[in-house]
Amino acid sequence: MSVRNWLDQRLGWDDLIAPLRKKTVPLHKLSYWYFLGGITLFLFVIQVLTGILLLLYYRPGANEAFESVQYIMTQVKFGWLIRSIHSWSANLMIFTAFAHMFSVLFLKAYRRPRELTWVSGVILLFLVMGFGFSGYLLPWNTLAFFATKVGTEITGQVPAIGRPVMIFLRGGEEVTGATLTRFFGFHVAVLPGLATLLVLLHVLLVQHIGISIPPKLEVQWTANPSAKREMKFFPNFLLRELMAWYVALGVLGALAAVFPWNLGVKADPFVPAPAGIKPEWYFLFMFQTLKLIPPKVWFIDGEVLGVVVFGLIALLWLLLPFFESDQPTQMKRWITGLSVFALAYVVGMSVYGYLAK
Amino acid sequence: MVADKISQPEPMRRRVIGIFLGSGLLASFASFIYPVLRYLVPPAVIDPGGDEVVAAKLTELKPNSGKIFRFGNRPGLLIRTVSGEYRAMSATCTHLSCTVQYRDDLHEVWCACHNGKYDLNGRNISGPPPRPLEGFEVQVRGDEIFVRRRREA
Amino acid sequence: MAISRNKLLSFSAARSVGLAGFIALAACLAYGQTTNSCLDCHSALPDPLGVPQEKFSQDIHAQKGLTCASCHGGDPTSDDPDKAMSRKAGWKGKIDRKQIPQLCGTCHSDPVYIRQFNPSLRTDQSGQYRTSVHGKRFAAGDTKVAVCTDCHSVHDLRAPSDPRSTVNPVNVAKTCARCHADSDYMKGYSIPTDQFAKYSTSVHHQALAVRGDLSAPTCTTCHGNHGAAPPGVDRVQNVCSNCHTFQAQMYEKSSHKKAFETVSLPGCVVCHSNHGISHPTDAMLGTGPGAVCMRCHTPGDACDQARGGLQTSLSQLDAAIKSADQVLGVAESSGMEVSEARLGQDQARDSLTKARVTIHSFRTDLVDQDIQAGIKIAAKDLQAGKEAMVERNHRRVGLGVSLIAIGMVLAGLWLYIKKIES
Repeated sequence: MSVRNWLDQRLGWDDLIAPLRKKTVPLHKLSYWYFLGGITLFLFVIQVLTGILLLLYYRPGANEAFESVQYIMTQVKFGWLIRSIHSWSANLMIFTAFAHMFSVLFLKAYRRPRELTWVSGVILLFLVMGFGFSGYLLPWNTLAFFATKVGTEITGQVPAIGRPVMIFLRGGEEVTGATLTRFFGFHVAVLPGLATLLVLLHVLLVQHIGISIPPKLEVQWTANPSAKREMKFFPNFLLRELMAWYVALGVLGALAAVFPWNLGVKADPFVPAPAGIKPEWYFLFMFQTLKLIPPKVWFIDGEVLGVVVFGLIALLWLLLPFFESDQPTQMKRWITGLSVFALAYVVGMSVYGYLAK
Repeated sequence: MVADKISQPEPMRRRVIGIFLGSGLLASFASFIYPVLRYLVPPAVIDPGGDEVVAAKLTELKPNSGKIFRFGNRPGLLIRTVSGEYRAMSATCTHLSCTVQYRDDLHEVWCACHNGKYDLNGRNISGPPPRPLEGFEVQVRGDEIFVRRRREA
Repeated sequence: MAISRNKLLSFSAARSVGLAGFIALAACLAYGQTTNSCLDCHSALPDPLGVPQEKFSQDIHAQKGLTCASCHGGDPTSDDPDKAMSRKAGWKGKIDRKQIPQLCGTCHSDPVYIRQFNPSLRTDQSGQYRTSVHGKRFAAGDTKVAVCTDCHSVHDLRAPSDPRSTVNPVNVAKTCARCHADSDYMKGYSIPTDQFAKYSTSVHHQALAVRGDLSAPTCTTCHGNHGAAPPGVDRVQNVCSNCHTFQAQMYEKSSHKKAFETVSLPGCVVCHSNHGISHPTDAMLGTGPGAVCMRCHTPGDACDQARGGLQTSLSQLDAAIKSADQVLGVAESSGMEVSEARLGQDQARDSLTKARVTIHSFRTDLVDQDIQAGIKIAAKDLQAGKEAMVERNHRRVGLGVSLIAIGMVLAGLWLYIKKIES
């Protein structure tokens, strides 16, 4: 009796993997963009694995966190590697998540019936940024301390609910050891739990509905089914994905070995903030925007306006698919234009924020 | 005939692929697993946690003597007074950061650079030092002497 | 009946208590506020008769309960100006400059009187003043010299410990400079007026006024305050040695002490200057700008050679420390653990500091002892840094191996894909 039969008798294995066997990936000039989702998932798995390894030595708590990370970097065998991979992979994952979102946006893969996939994906993007924000504080160094201070301060600017949310995030009025404990809880329990559920939903939806085809091609292929070109997911596309994942592994290893992640200086709440404090690169476009808004617009506080506008944009982003249906081409053009603007804005503002003093 | 010719390179090709994939996968997995396995083994130097270090063993210091030990990234001074009790403080002189020492003839802490003197509580009593030495807490556990930063009340 | 009597009793008792309380309250409020009717007018008058209440409330004499009459005489309890400022009541009017030291001394030289206010306050100021240059000239009739109020201020006189006091260590130099840096005022005296300007550039000023290190010297530390006088050419190193003990000890035993004494050169000041003392550098031992040895010594003589030796030793150790620092820095930024070596570097730097003190013995053998100790430590740290770099290269080799393995997998996958799709 083979392993497969054994599994099939108990789990209904054959029925489970049957859809996988039939799954196909559309082949066209832009098919390479389809790799991004898988890479993001792969990097997430790397994060979980290296994160669990780091958990074996990391101690949350204002008087121990920095020292424990220092211990990992200097005393634990290959601790430098695990930690640097975790930090680099985090940044890479956020990058691929954004790239994945933008590619879906431009390929219009959010159209009916894939609205829920988009919604779950956007929420995942927010979760991933939350992972970045909470994880960044955990080594408890000066840069992280002040970045968290500024970041939560901005959250507090939201009218009405801002302050309660800020106090909830900080675990008090100020950023203290209590904040660290909280962020640790978010980073290793709350966010992973939510993310796992959403990733499962997201991937199952993709499985169930199939991979989206760009609109123009879809029209062509429906008219002329023989022109349709596709590739079997298993094993062809999967093998290519494996290659991409291996490349990612190589890149991560090289980054970790040649550019080990910095430890910095232990946070001291009584030292004034270093000049020119900036958040991590994935928050730069928002940060720079807030810096450019004048202190007062009409009667509204500039920063409050900025935060509220970003909040609204986030909400609209979440509900994007529901604004576009198959019929009105006007709306479609608007959204395409908006997508181009959004990409240009995010990239441009990030570069600006990076270069600005 | 033609079919034979075509099938000839097949086993060769299959073997090459097999070698590349097989050994490559093995080698790459080894290069991933090896660091992780080494990582899992706790290092010999334990991380006592917090701002705490082992400054000395119980039998190391005679009364009326001192020892420089490492406290984080800075030197610390552990003193065993004439009466046998332990005192610990930062060993970085508050004047120009030279490393201080215990003088068993003066029963004081002394800085060789500019003749600064501190009492056994770290208070600056003579010479250029403008501030006292930061004091640390001493705790004897078993046969080890632990030193840690003072906790705020 | 019994009830109403009780009520009456309790009422009168309450009234007595209330009255007593009121009197007590008034007494409390009046305590420390001895009547000072002078201020009724003089707080509102313009200069030079005016003393604003705001200003006078800062005065320590006022805070201790003294009144205008304590110095100016008169009757502070009277509201009638004629009575208050009557000669009969002892009114002195404006105190003449020539009277000031004696007036202040009336109380401040009386230990029994001062003990009432602050038992630990000194009472020898007048005596000291008489020995000072100011005091001596004053006794000879010079009214331009400083008297008590010139330095301590008047009507808003603060305790020296108050950071706003004109005689608080942080402010002393500015107070002295009011006269001593005023070249017009100092015309006729044969002393320079650049001391304050020079002092402001000095390390002592930097430490005291900028860093707030109260152990750093100001004018009065070296010249005295009440008994202010220059220490004298042959006493300079006594003054400096109060803080710079080791350097003075070394100098004491050195060849320079006798040499300078013979030609009446002021010891430490010869090389380090007196007011504009800047941070000493190794260049002082050199031959370029900032060199001090070559001001006296002839190039090529034995001393010049010794000087060269000293300078070489110092720069040797300095270079050794810097090169170890550099390697450790590169190792650290590559993520290597070198904190032990970094601590060792501190000890090497200590040796360099010690060597720079030993320079004052002007003996190459003594200096070399410190230098060699430091070089040994720096060499050890350099070694540690190099080992860290070796470890860093190991990592890169390990990376290379894993990249090759990954490359093989990629090639294998590619070939496999090609195969199954052909």
